[in-house]
Amino acid sequence: MALTGLDIYKLLPKTNCGECKSPTCLAFAMRVAQKQASIDQCPHVSAESKEKLGAASAPPIQLVTIGAGDFKIAIGNETVLFRHEETFHHPAGIAVTVSDKLSEAEIGARADKIVHLIFERVGMKIAVDMACIMNDSGDPAKFAAAVKIVAQKAPVALILASDNPDSLKAALEVCADRRPLLCGANASNYQAVAALAKEKNCPVVARAKGLEALTDLTQKITAAGVKEIVLESGAEGVRQTLEDLTKARRYALRKSFRPLGYPMLTCMMGDGDSFLPVLKAAAYIAKYAGIVVTDAIEPWQLMPLLTVRQNIYTDPRKPLQVEPGVHKIGEPGSKAPLLITTNFSLTYYTVEGEVEGSKVASNILVVDTEGTSVLTAWAAEKFTTDQIAAAMNKYEVEAVASHKKVIIPGLIAVESGKLQEESGWEVIVGPKEASGIPSYLKANWGG
Amino acid sequence: MESVVEKWTTKVNTITLGATKQMGGTREKTVTVGGSSTLPYLNFEGAWPNPPAIAIEMWDREPDGWPEPLADAYADVWKDPAKWAKRAVEYGAEMLCVTLKGTHPDFGNRSPDEAAGVVKDVLKAVGVPLIIWGSGDFNKDNDVMPRVSEAAKGENCLLGTAVEKNYKTLTASCLADGHKIIGESPLDINIAKQVNILISEMGFKLEDIVIFPATGALGYGMEYSYSIMERGRTAGLSGDRMLAQPVICTVGQESWRVKEARGSEKDFPTWGDLKKRGPLWEATCAATLMQAGGEIVVMRHPDAVKSFKSLLREFTA
Repeated sequence: MALTGLDIYKLLPKTNCGECKSPTCLAFAMRVAQKQASIDQCPHVSAESKEKLGAASAPPIQLVTIGAGDFKIAIGNETVLFRHEETFHHPAGIAVTVSDKLSEAEIGARADKIVHLIFERVGMKIAVDMACIMNDSGDPAKFAAAVKIVAQKAPVALILASDNPDSLKAALEVCADRRPLLCGANASNYQAVAALAKEKNCPVVARAKGLEALTDLTQKITAAGVKEIVLESGAEGVRQTLEDLTKARRYALRKSFRPLGYPMLTCMMGDGDSFLPVLKAAAYIAKYAGIVVTDAIEPWQLMPLLTVRQNIYTDPRKPLQVEPGVHKIGEPGSKAPLLITTNFSLTYYTVEGEVEGSKVASNILVVDTEGTSVLTAWAAEKFTTDQIAAAMNKYEVEAVASHKKVIIPGLIAVESGKLQEESGWEVIVGPKEASGIPSYLKANWGG
Repeated sequence: MESVVEKWTTKVNTITLGATKQMGGTREKTVTVGGSSTLPYLNFEGAWPNPPAIAIEMWDREPDGWPEPLADAYADVWKDPAKWAKRAVEYGAEMLCVTLKGTHPDFGNRSPDEAAGVVKDVLKAVGVPLIIWGSGDFNKDNDVMPRVSEAAKGENCLLGTAVEKNYKTLTASCLADGHKIIGESPLDINIAKQVNILISEMGFKLEDIVIFPATGALGYGMEYSYSIMERGRTAGLSGDRMLAQPVICTVGQESWRVKEARGSEKDFPTWGDLKKRGPLWEATCAATLMQAGGEIVVMRHPDAVKSFKSLLREFTA
């Protein structure tokens, strides 16, 4: 369990020297407990106390970094069971498999395909960020050759999937500098695999059936000197997988149970069904997977999955925003209406959906209101005449609306006079609710 | 090992839709949802007795602008609600969601009698329970829904939607004709509770209400729906009776509005086959929202329905 301020206070020198910038040791202890200060800020604390505190203040779920340089991802270090309680911090890795049983040309083609699984949404790039090379052949040399091709072609974090330490060793000779995830260690090979992981400073997957066996295994791996571990429970069936994912997260967060305080990997293979693995992966991303591995590789399979990850890992405390500027709906001509709204994603998508539904091709000018909705932005003076007129200039709306008429949300009707004066445009007050847009557009701009 | 079982105090309400002959209706079967005492499929700590039910959405008029994958599935029948209903049941619909789009003043302005006629035709054509969804225009709904409700009297349908500013007429109709009701709230837990309170103050049983928290499509606000549903559900399981209702999600309608599900391969060449992309976008949204506790999922595409069903089969196996 996390230490309280008083627990920490007992480990401090209690001299109130003030060198940590807190007035008293007790005040400092309270700040450490709230994670606002680090124990290192106390110059006089004993090494013994530091170790005790270090162990207790370590995050309940280990942060694991896989990869190196620009091809690096970080997973774990999650703090909550439900994203509305705070946020999910480190987006799950999404890995696509490459079998070493394929020919070299096929391996290269598959790696090329993985590289192209990158999409742009709401101004952000979302991409497959891992490749999982499978030692299906069982042959160390073939495995190393496959890993080499993938490592060269694909700028992603690598997972080396083999339970044969010789294969892992051979593969590490060609890609140790990429700091791959070794997948992995089980009850019978953990000594050799953990030694490799320690030697090459790589994270390692602990594979065992069920959480009890995993608890045992991770303790053995940490005893061998490896800190960055990923769990794989090898559950059969979606319900058991969901149970293991949920329980491991609860053990880590509710019970501060270190042996399960690691991110978890799940694996979804298609077996001839191209939809089902994506649906399972979506469920696991929502419920606590740190890595999902799949053999799905088509853009229509990965795009929804990457979007689920983007949605679930969006910080609910910071509203998602859309790109400010002119957005075209349909193919608006020079007589098309120009509507104005804010860049809060929900506001924008609601407006966009209704405009689309109206079948009247339109331009929407999105004003940067820092992700706030119409009334909130207006009240905070982020969506008043000044900002709207500035956005009209910045995004050169005259180019799309030579008629010089602009429609503002009904909720900010009070701005109409001022905006008209400021911009010289005719300002039309639109409906108060987005649901009123279709009938308004049809009646006034329909043709 | 220590237990990490959560002690939830309350169950989600169980709700049965449809009425067979013995129950005074004409449905061949009923559909029961809800009744769970934990989060989705955490069977180690509670029961999830009823899997989410899939309703297929159909309209009272020919839709306009439905993209190719949907046209492939329905275009030959969508001018005829009875045929459309049969087709949806063939595709695996456990319920039908009859959306009275054509009654909206902007989409045909059909009369209450015409709408009632469509509902009667659908009831005659198929034996599954119905969800009947108004057009969203308050004035028109208040004309249409009482007639429709009466036309389906005794069939134990699910009618929607009752909103904070317009709930009385629909609630009165459902009370009079023996239907269940959908209370709608715009991604807001407090309004969801408020709507339930308003409806129940008219003498309507809390156990007969379904919550519609508004659904965001994958990539377009799904996370808001997800967290509102999860917050509502954890509160409901923890004893808040105003949030212990089953939840309905309009996954099909929202998914097929977005460009990722409907954009042509010509416009988006790197996105791949639209005929797979669209249905999978819809099914993925359903699979994710299910983890937040969606009990009734209203869908459109047969392939999306089929794959979501196979996921549910694995969860219930």
